[in-house]
This record gives sequence, structure tokens and C-alpha cells, in this order.
Amino acid sequence: MKLPIYLDNHATTRVDPRVVDAMLPYFTEHFGNAASRNHEFGWEAEQAVDKARKQIADLIGATSKEIIFTSGATESDNLAIKGVAEMYAEKGNHIITAVTEHKAVLDTCKKLEKNGARVTYLPVMGDGLIDLEMLKEAITDKTILVSIMYANNELGVIQPIREIGKLCRERGVLFHTDGVQAIGKVPIDVNKDNIDMMSISAHKMYGPKGVGALYVRRRNPRVQITAQIDGGGHERGMRSGTLNVPGIVGLGEACELCNREMETETVRLRNLRDRLRAKLEAGLDEVYINGSMEHRLPHSLNMSFAYVEGESLLMGINDIAVSSGSACTSATLEPSYVLKALGVGDDVAHSSIRFGIGRFNTEEEIDYVADKLVDVVKKLRELSPLYEMAQEGIDLSTVSWAHD
Amino acid sequence: MAYSDKVLDHYNNPRNVGSLDKSSPSVGTGMVGAPECGDVMKLQIKVNDASGIIEDAKFKTFGCGSAIASSSLATEWLKGKTVDQALEIKNTDIVNELSLPPVKIHCSVLAEDAIKAAIGDYRAKQGKQVPVAQTVA
Repeated sequence: MKLPIYLDNHATTRVDPRVVDAMLPYFTEHFGNAASRNHEFGWEAEQAVDKARKQIADLIGATSKEIIFTSGATESDNLAIKGVAEMYAEKGNHIITAVTEHKAVLDTCKKLEKNGARVTYLPVMGDGLIDLEMLKEAITDKTILVSIMYANNELGVIQPIREIGKLCRERGVLFHTDGVQAIGKVPIDVNKDNIDMMSISAHKMYGPKGVGALYVRRRNPRVQITAQIDGGGHERGMRSGTLNVPGIVGLGEACELCNREMETETVRLRNLRDRLRAKLEAGLDEVYINGSMEHRLPHSLNMSFAYVEGESLLMGINDIAVSSGSACTSATLEPSYVLKALGVGDDVAHSSIRFGIGRFNTEEEIDYVADKLVDVVKKLRELSPLYEMAQEGIDLSTVSWAHD
Repeated sequence: MAYSDKVLDHYNNPRNVGSLDKSSPSVGTGMVGAPECGDVMKLQIKVNDASGIIEDAKFKTFGCGSAIASSSLATEWLKGKTVDQALEIKNTDIVNELSLPPVKIHCSVLAEDAIKAAIGDYRAKQGKQVPVAQTVA
């Protein structure tokens, strides 16, 4: 077993060697511009892009023409939301999203608000899911777009996408979903799920960084978006710029591998995740799961270790790469807004760790991580005045804390 | 974020972890911070009533590595000092000793607050419980 152990697969993933192999020729022998229509180099590049388009479309039940390549999911989110806001400005100016969305969606919506759009930020319930009734009530005749992520990047909880899509379809509102964490991990069918637009990222699914896509529905309804980058009119006019052919080949290959291996990979990752959880719960008292366990990605786990602060915990497990919702690990000194949205209290957010298990993790690694965490949490609890007070039977919520 | 060697040393080998009898008149207890802020420090001193010298100091901290290191260092510095000398410990001394980055300065502030709170508690107890000693002195 090699240290450090990487368990932060929601942040990014290692590129699968098979993906690298598929990409390499497109840096050297087949370096052509996919937009060069009059020679062999261009044709080869175009062929490779077409193949990738099909591989991506096949994974999500779409058609090739519905895949628009971008630089990544942040751009895809921007293009979808700003593109719809601009294109459908005459129909309305109201957008609905949720407080636990990724910043690429939230900050895009805030920007549009500055320019006169109205945005509703739906709260989430204690399990991290949105309330469909609230969504239903939020839709008005001015609503043009609902943007709700497929699965949350911090919690791993999966939103009721099919029901959201159905609701939007009935009300004639477009539905965009940031699919970054879910694509390639759980079965997605844009038709069954009633998705009109979906953001895709390669580097979260064992592909390269710097490449992504936006699925844009062409039929029932035909979605139109205003381009946000002007230039040569690539990607059916929706996104100009020379295509990143090697990256696109990598994204396509990553999609095909996920498609082919999802069934067995899901079982393996879920077993590892459940093993980690069981070991932590057996070794420690007062550990809590954040977010729904039932509606969750198979490789995700977000846990809080009461009375222990997240950054100090990360420091004690410095040969394990995970993330914490603690304020001290963020630049803003604010604890995770996603965890706060669950209503769990800042102290729980400060004590949280996100585990993202991936394709290259082994059972041996999971056991090492579990044992190490149990040790470090116990050690830090010996150091924790809160744990001492809890042991003495003091209810911490009744203490009035002295702070500035 | 990279931690200084001294922060790592205090985190890995915290000095003077534990608790003193908070009901004892010669023990002062300071508890500062709040769980929702991600930092709670409990710092205790045991003072020799005759000499006014801090004989023992203990801490327990819920917080990041820098908070743990700041309070651990504080207990080291407190031992052997008089109460008046202890009041001269400034948060900037802790920042310098541990090479804390700007984003962690609040940890040192909290440690200074904890020292002041512990001394305040000790003095309040002395004021109430040993008025005789004060008049004699």
C-alpha cells in the first residue's frame, strides 16, 4: 500500500491510464484542428471528436448533436444559465435554484440578479434534498429555468431529478442540472429524467482537467441558448473556440469506461464505502452522517466526528487526502454553506469530513483510513474540552459561551 | 496549508494536556471561544498562594492545529511565571514563536484571552476567599 491515500474523489480523480492512452496520439500524430475541413489532419480530428460525442451521448441517453464541448463544468453551468436567461428574456426573468448548489451555479445566478433577473434559492431539508412542494410553489409564469444539481459535491446526496424534471416539463419551464458528481457514477437518462440541459466534467470521472460538455436538448422541447463566447461559431454556434481534441477524446473514453464498468464499479465502491462507515461507527461513539444515506452516490460519505474540529483532524491524518467542511480549511473562515443549509449547526459543520472513494482505492486502504481516523479522533477527544464536558453530562447547547 | 515545525511539534506532542480541580481556590480556569466558531480553549493555572508563582498549567482545546499549538505553548510559558508576569504574555509573542500565518492570528488571540480569563478567575476567587492574605500583604 502506498501513502498518501487519495480519498478526495469529489474534488478530482486520477486520469485512468486507458484514458491517457486514448488521448496521447491526439497530441502528436493526429494533432489537427477539428474545424479544418479540407485535409486529412482536420478529418482525423473531427472523426475523433465525433466518436467522443457519441460516447458521451450514449452514457446519458442523448444524441451526439446534443453535446456541446466546453472547458469544464463551470463554463457549462455559466453557458446554460446565462444562455437561457438571455435567450428567453422576453418570456420571463425568473430562475429557481437551491442554496446547496455549486458556486458555479450560485455565483452565475447572483450575477444575473445584478442585471435584473429574479432568483429563488430553495432551501433544503435536513437530508439535503429539496422539497418538491416548495419547488412547485416557487414556479411562476415568469419562471424560465430551474437549475438543481444531480448530486451534491459535498454531501453526495442525489436530488429527486426525475420528479423535478417532470414538474418543469408540466409547467413549461426548462430544467438544467449540474451532473458533474453523478455522471458515470449512477445511471442517467436525460429522457427518462426529463433533463433539458446538463453540465458534464471530465476530471471527476477519471478523465483530464480542462474539458467538459453541456448537454442541450434538441427535441421536445428544442432548447436554445445564447452563446457566451463569440468567435468562429463552433459547436453549432453555441460555443466558439477551437476544440480541445485530446481532452475531448479523453472525456469520451472516460464516459465509455464508466458506461461499461458502472455496474460492477458501483457494487465495489458501495461495499468499500459501507465498510468504511461500519468501521468508523464501530470504533467511535457520536459520529453522524450528514445528508440522506438512502439518496446518495455509492462512493460518497460525509461524516461529523463530534467534539473534534475538522482541520485538526485532517492534520492528524496527513497521509490521507480528504476534505473538511470546517471553516479553518476554507479561505473565508466560514464553515461549509452546504452543511449549514442542512440546519446541522456550525459545530457539526466544523467536525465534518467528506470521503470520496474512487476507482483506484483498495480495501486495504479503506481499513488503514478507518483505523487511523479512529486513533486520531480518540486522541483529539482527549484534548477536547467539549468532549470532557459531554462526558460530565453537560448539555453543550445550554452553555453560554464567552466570545467576542 | 503548510504548518511550521513548532506547530506540528505541539500538535503531535501537546504539553500539559489535562484538567485541574476547578473548585480549588488556587486554581484559575479560563474557557474562551465557542463550538460554532470552531474554537474552544480551556486553560487552567494553579498558583502558589504564598509566592504568587504559577506552579502548574493545563489545557484542553477544541480547534485547529494552530489553536492547539497556541494553547499548548501558553501552558509552557505560564509555568514558573508570577501572575503579573503571565499577564504580559501577548498574542504576538505566540504568533512569532509559532510562525502563525495571518489567517491563524485569531488562535493566538484566543490563547491570550484564555490566559487573561484564567487569571481573572483566579483573582476573583482570591478576592472573595482570602481577603485576609491581601490585607496582610
